[in-house]
Amino acid sequence: MEKFEKLTGIAAPMPLVNIDTDMIIPKQFLKTIKRSGLGVHAFAEMRYDQEGNENPDFVLNKPAYRESKIIVAGDNFGCGSSREHAPWALADFGIKCVISTSFADIFFNNCFKNGILPIVLPQEDIDKLMDDAERGANAVVTVDLENQVITGPDGGEVKFEVDAFKKHCLLNGLDDIGLTMEKAPAIEAFEATASQARPWV
Amino acid sequence: MSPKTLYDKIWDAHLVDEQADGTCLLYIDRHLVHEVTSPQAFEGLRLTHRKVHAPDKTIAVPDHNVPTTQGRENPEQMTEDSRIQVQALDTNAKEFGIHYYPVSDVRQGIVHIVGPEQGWTLPGMTVVCGDSHTATHGAFGALAHGIGTSEVEHVLATQTLIQKKSKNMKVEITGKLKPGVTAKDITLAVIGKTGTAGGTGYVIEYCGEAIRDLSMEGRMTVCNMAIEGGARAGLIAPDETTFEYVKGRPHAPKGAQWETALEWWKTLYSDDDAQWDKVVTLKGEEIEPVVTWGTSPEDVLPIGATVPAPEDFEGGKVEAARRSLDYMGLKPGTPLSEIKIDAVFIGSCTNGRIEDLREVAKVVKGKKVAEGVRAMIVPGSGLVRAQAEEEGLADIFAEAGFEWRLAGCSMCLAMNPDQLAPGERCASTSNRNFEGRQGYKGRTHLMSPAMAAAAAVTGHLTDVRELS
Repeated sequence: MEKFEKLTGIAAPMPLVNIDTDMIIPKQFLKTIKRSGLGVHAFAEMRYDQEGNENPDFVLNKPAYRESKIIVAGDNFGCGSSREHAPWALADFGIKCVISTSFADIFFNNCFKNGILPIVLPQEDIDKLMDDAERGANAVVTVDLENQVITGPDGGEVKFEVDAFKKHCLLNGLDDIGLTMEKAPAIEAFEATASQARPWV
Repeated sequence: MSPKTLYDKIWDAHLVDEQADGTCLLYIDRHLVHEVTSPQAFEGLRLTHRKVHAPDKTIAVPDHNVPTTQGRENPEQMTEDSRIQVQALDTNAKEFGIHYYPVSDVRQGIVHIVGPEQGWTLPGMTVVCGDSHTATHGAFGALAHGIGTSEVEHVLATQTLIQKKSKNMKVEITGKLKPGVTAKDITLAVIGKTGTAGGTGYVIEYCGEAIRDLSMEGRMTVCNMAIEGGARAGLIAPDETTFEYVKGRPHAPKGAQWETALEWWKTLYSDDDAQWDKVVTLKGEEIEPVVTWGTSPEDVLPIGATVPAPEDFEGGKVEAARRSLDYMGLKPGTPLSEIKIDAVFIGSCTNGRIEDLREVAKVVKGKKVAEGVRAMIVPGSGLVRAQAEEEGLADIFAEAGFEWRLAGCSMCLAMNPDQLAPGERCASTSNRNFEGRQGYKGRTHLMSPAMAAAAAVTGHLTDVRELS
């Protein structure tokens, strides 16, 4: 997995609450057996009309936001389906960080597996960052994971919290299957005990 | 010993490792797999030369893409991309030696209906699947939740998940339900009260007299939509209803093992003085038959209400409601019961079980689907379909003018050919009313099977209690 250390890029405002994973990547694009190439379909039904033409009002179609790396979003971003195609599509588009007041649980976990940092902040910080993001091409924000700080276009700083283990994995680009496999003896010991206690499982 | 919740007990029984920061390794008893969220995980195993750690605990079934029309064993019935995905599951199941129910098997169906039906899902287990509606299995007093594809690969390779413990939330439904009110109304009413983010960070335990009174089918409906309330999982303590349902199923324990299992299962309840981080209580007798009006499952109102206005809400919800009303083509102040429909979908992992079909049959027996309404019933599994035919339900549906389909996820998420056309409005027993969920620009109203059946015969959203 690609490392996430420090990210500087344009932040796109998406203030709508409850942006679900069906919006992020509609079902017709789940019929793939690959992880790559989904960026062009990210937010497809908001981004294009039925003929495939771009909707000029959609934020990521506006000239200032086409190269966005960050989304500042309304509450409960990523709710609904567990599809990991959602973070795959965001990452492939170039979005490496999403900032909101809350995220749906499965989407939140899926982000970390794909080098995307989801940041939870209080409403007043989101309001400030949403204002920053509204500034178009000037909405350049820096996210420093090591120091857990977001720097806005005016140099204002916002601290954020992140789970220590997830931070470690993102900073180092670690594959957690490899980490777990190092614990094979503990898994085998558990299985030996469990097969005695609950042999029907 | 300090008092524990049911969630605490199941968690503790599956803990392989715990780090100082609370990061845990949790053992997974059952891993359910379908064709949409697994191909990249199996490919990951191949690339890293890893095997499936516990193929005996891994069960696969294709459900999302499969057509629900006759003759579907012929792969030509599927679009090329769907066919590739289903064939990939066929190949992966064989190559990695996991349990598999192909499309041609009468036991095939929606993964969350097949698991309980075959006795794979049992009390006290940890159950995961690359599908958010894995919460369904919580009805058995199992800790069950959806995971992403990277986690599917992690479970395939190690039979464990890296997790941090969620908080405990109690949702109590006291008293009795009124006639015409069902499990679906309970679960929608809870989401209407807590919102779609109200359960974020929690595992919900549903309890109270109205929950105890539910059948296993009803309990599965309630737990199924725990995810729509934002919770990681929803569960219900097992009791005699649970044990009765499980006993004799193909993969349930038998003989002496049954007795040992039963002894443990009977300890799976929340202790009286267990600590809850959040408690929500609803009075069963106050729950009405409900429908959704918007594009979030929290947009719930009793059928007797009118379409709300954006100004009725606060904060970010004002703009969301405006967008929803525009998408749904609804005007504030319209009585919900005057909203005309074009289609009815009865099925899904929320409401595709035999009891759901019986409810529908009760409402539509001797009646006809309203003119101009396309109504479809998609049983949750081949066995549900067979049982409905044996009980004569399929004849009632056919006489009323419903299409009687083969098992699959179908129009719940419209990955197969069962889709709404742009602008079409559907009374649906599924779980999500998101924009485009049932087809591009399709409009979904969520409700119970009885309410969807009532809408089918009148052609508009209808209070099932007013239908003679």
